Amino acid sequence: MAYRTHCLICAGTGCVSSRSYELSKALEAELATRGLADEVQVVRTGCQGFCAEGPIVIVQPDGVLYHTVKQGDVPMLVAEHLLKGRPYKKLMYTPPKEQAPVPALKDIPFFAKQKLLVLRNRGLIDPEQIDDYIAADGYDALAKALTEMTPESIIAEIKRSGLRGRGGGGFPAGIKWETCRRAGQHRGVEPVVICNADEGDPGAFMDRSIIECDPHAVIEGMTIGARAIGAQEGFVYVRQEYPLARARLQKAIEQCREYGLLGRDILGTGVTFDIKIVQGAGAFVCGESTALMASLEGKVGEPRAKYIHTVEFGYHDRPSNLNNVETWANVPLIIRRGAEWFASMGTGDVSENPWGGSTGTKVFSLSGAVNNTGLIEVPMGITLREIVFEIGGGIPKNRKFKAVQTGGPSGGFLPESCLDLPVDFDSLSDAGTMMGSGGMVVADERQCMVDAARFFIDFLTEESCGKCVPCREGLRRSMDILSDITQGRGRPQDVDVLTEIGDVMQDCCLCALGTSAPYPVLSTIRYFRDEYDAHIIHKVCPAGSCKELIEYVIDPATCDGCHACVNACSVDALTGKVKELHKLDQAKCIKCGACVEACTRDAILTRPRHAEPEFAVVRSAR
Amino acid sequence: MPRVTIDDLKRIREEARQTITSRAGVGRARVTVHMGTCGIAAGAREVMAALLREIETRHVVDVLVTTSSCAGLCSHEPMVTVEIVGQPPVKYVDLTPEKMATVLERHVLGGLVVAEFALARGSETTA
Repeated sequence: MAYRTHCLICAGTGCVSSRSYELSKALEAELATRGLADEVQVVRTGCQGFCAEGPIVIVQPDGVLYHTVKQGDVPMLVAEHLLKGRPYKKLMYTPPKEQAPVPALKDIPFFAKQKLLVLRNRGLIDPEQIDDYIAADGYDALAKALTEMTPESIIAEIKRSGLRGRGGGGFPAGIKWETCRRAGQHRGVEPVVICNADEGDPGAFMDRSIIECDPHAVIEGMTIGARAIGAQEGFVYVRQEYPLARARLQKAIEQCREYGLLGRDILGTGVTFDIKIVQGAGAFVCGESTALMASLEGKVGEPRAKYIHTVEFGYHDRPSNLNNVETWANVPLIIRRGAEWFASMGTGDVSENPWGGSTGTKVFSLSGAVNNTGLIEVPMGITLREIVFEIGGGIPKNRKFKAVQTGGPSGGFLPESCLDLPVDFDSLSDAGTMMGSGGMVVADERQCMVDAARFFIDFLTEESCGKCVPCREGLRRSMDILSDITQGRGRPQDVDVLTEIGDVMQDCCLCALGTSAPYPVLSTIRYFRDEYDAHIIHKVCPAGSCKELIEYVIDPATCDGCHACVNACSVDALTGKVKELHKLDQAKCIKCGACVEACTRDAILTRPRHAEPEFAVVRSAR
Repeated sequence: MPRVTIDDLKRIREEARQTITSRAGVGRARVTVHMGTCGIAAGAREVMAALLREIETRHVVDVLVTTSSCAGLCSHEPMVTVEIVGQPPVKYVDLTPEKMATVLERHVLGGLVVAEFALARGSETTA
């Protein structure tokens, strides 16, 4: 019997951690008890992107979305919606600023503004079933590429589509493929294709989610690329921290071998190609092309100078074509639906030159101070404002927006005045940041921008491989200076020194880790210079967050002596009798903030510690 | 399953069309079976089963089947509402599995309202 209803349960890493596997088992059991097992199918899909609200269950064809579904909700959900057809209000999502729950997926602002190409199958198929992928037009593009197209015409199609590398660099994929193919022919050496799934940016999970929701799209893209370039061997370099993605990809590769979609004589066309998964050990620098290839060869993951390109001499000195997961996943769609269709989305004109614009969509992982954190796919050219305030649902607790960082840990911060910039490769780089692989972190008024720069420089200092001097020493010195500034030891010349170090690093570092590492510093100096000056000259942190520059005080007008702060304090800095004004001993206080969280009245204030009176603004610490 | 050919890919795609249509929630027509307590008592489950069986055997790929609660006319259950995109919905009353098969064949697939089982054209407006 055909299934009338499909319960699509999100089985991305986020929802799996929120026990979506157990939920799906409970749902299947309840359906069986109710005699609905033949009518209603439970499908475990890839990440729906709405990670903050997981586990997510979508009921189709009704298009109803349920969020934070617990096992205990299953009996009512089945009885009400799946048996009697009454959508179950209790589990529906209410967007911020709305009063009533919104039943339909398509009406929730988080989803309504998105455009799904790469993630098209995320709510449609079970990523572990190859037949599901084939049913959703999977491997149609491969059949077309192998039977109706020549390698040259595949490359021409990709060039005309304007597809640019989604891993950060934005290099046109078609040009890269063409160079690699020519290098192989010229030298008589068989090229290799490599998929970069070493997503090391903290808080970024685009590539992981793409593999988890649609591993076959990556395989299909790579196979088409291999055919165009003339490769018979492919690698996916995936980081060790992604066990679920790796398992799904491995399963997909095995299914493909069984179906003859990988291996010898693919689809009876005589083409040979196979893919091997290689596990990275979690070094951030291994996402860089030359370091990645060194690691693939079993050497230490360090980059090398690139006056010789990897497309000519890469993995074991073979011509090597490296593209990121998202780039590969775009390929089948372009081949199936055509370059013109793809180029019709986005900004600029790529009809003559793939450098002329940014086409298609981009996947971002949205995190930080927004109501809807999660994974989103948007057309190129959308504004940052639409992403932060419409899809992201704005800033929690009605706080003020301060900055958004794009491009991962080495990306720059953009202030409110840049919110109407279109999101594409060229606009972002003109504004002093980059597209990167698609991390997007939002900061609210509570975030100190000097401290934000320090945080990311700290990460990059840890992850710098240390091979080239500008990166190794430049990051360490930047880190020292930023720490001094945030701890009240800033000197007037610090900003100039930071700028000079940044300029040298951009010019002289061996790889993109080093050349992009100064972005957090340079962009915050460019847009938030006043904060640097406040720290250095007045020893004030305007956001009230740098611990060395603030102290907590109790507001006598608000404190009702509830004692919650005294119980929360781990160093006995707070004293006082119940229902009397409490006292805070500055000598003991370590500014951990536990009392601020515990206070029932918002009575703990922050004020600058060293400042002259005119800068001594007192404000809520919360 | 052994190695597939391009024709096999087409066959797999064709066989799964109904599933994909239904998961995407876009079809040419939608049949809603009213599944209130009254409907279930009067045999709505059997009507639903018959409908799904017919869809399977006839390889119908573009029709969505959903449920909804009691339509308010409990004495005439089991009821279904047939909505073909671009046409007003039609309610059918006092159905049996056999009548359901006829409605599917003549109205949903054939495009002609089965007047003898129909309650009325149109549907309550919901605001």
